[in-house]
Amino acid sequence: MEDLLKLGDKSYRSRLIVGTGKYKDFAETRKAIEVSGAEIVTVAVRRVNITDPNKENLLDYLDPKKYTILPNTAGCYTADDAVRTCRLAREAGVGKMIKLEVIGDDKTLFPDIPATLDAAKILVKEGFVVLPYITDDPITAKKLQDIGCAAVMPLAAPIGSGLGIRNPYNIRIILEQATVPVIVDAGVGTASDAAVAMEMGCDGVLMNTAIAGARDPILMAEAMRLGVDAGRKAFLAGRIPKKLYATASSPIDGILG
Amino acid sequence: MKIRLNGEEKQFADGLSIAQLLEELQIRSGRVVVELNRDIVSREAHGSTLLKGGDALEIVHFVGGG
Repeated sequence: MEDLLKLGDKSYRSRLIVGTGKYKDFAETRKAIEVSGAEIVTVAVRRVNITDPNKENLLDYLDPKKYTILPNTAGCYTADDAVRTCRLAREAGVGKMIKLEVIGDDKTLFPDIPATLDAAKILVKEGFVVLPYITDDPITAKKLQDIGCAAVMPLAAPIGSGLGIRNPYNIRIILEQATVPVIVDAGVGTASDAAVAMEMGCDGVLMNTAIAGARDPILMAEAMRLGVDAGRKAFLAGRIPKKLYATASSPIDGILG
Repeated sequence: MKIRLNGEEKQFADGLSIAQLLEELQIRSGRVVVELNRDIVSREAHGSTLLKGGDALEIVHFVGGG
């Protein structure tokens, strides 16, 4: 049976979701995404530059027929702004799945949880497939899944920090009680961070800076694809228990006397 | 007439429709979403929606983001 990530009414082969920010240009964005194997890509909603409207558009480089476009609410500090942004994004005609993030503070970019819950309630009621970015708090994860979110997306570490999973124990608790996919969103720095998240049993990883900010973003995109795949397969394979003492790999019988 | 376009006061000819405004600004309507006084205007309604002085218009699109 094929191992698929189910979000809303769609299924995906890739468990790596990538952002489209911070690349050198759209050509590099497209190439990195292609190499990453991602089928879902996040985008932000912003005002058109009126004085230079003829600049190329991101969607000229990312075919919405090929990729699921996942608009985010980055930069929103209130539930109202986040809901407004989601409604605008939906009008663009790329579907109803959105990444909800209501930022609480511009230094940490940690989410404002009460505002996230408020926005999630409204958006779920309006038929959005809501993927909320949250701190690694099991109670928040549970509340959001109860509200009807299609996944929960705890951070590994602060956005863009590259610190990797700071609190694996909380992620484990979130996984244990989850009835929706758990996607680690933000804070991944390198391929092993992504692999660790997947080995723990997370359903996916979302990242942007770790790829776009690498010295060679295209090569890192490939590393992340392999890291996520390796971690997923290791999770499915079931790792051996950790033990303090050795167990010989070669037979004891027949050793030369 | 003066309208507030993406947060800035701008001067336009009276009676312009949203479709005409987008054309004047050389913006491809297929790639943007328009909000007039906080209400979304569907693409189909761009031609029939006329602007008046004091309107607040937001024209947004997708950009790279994480």
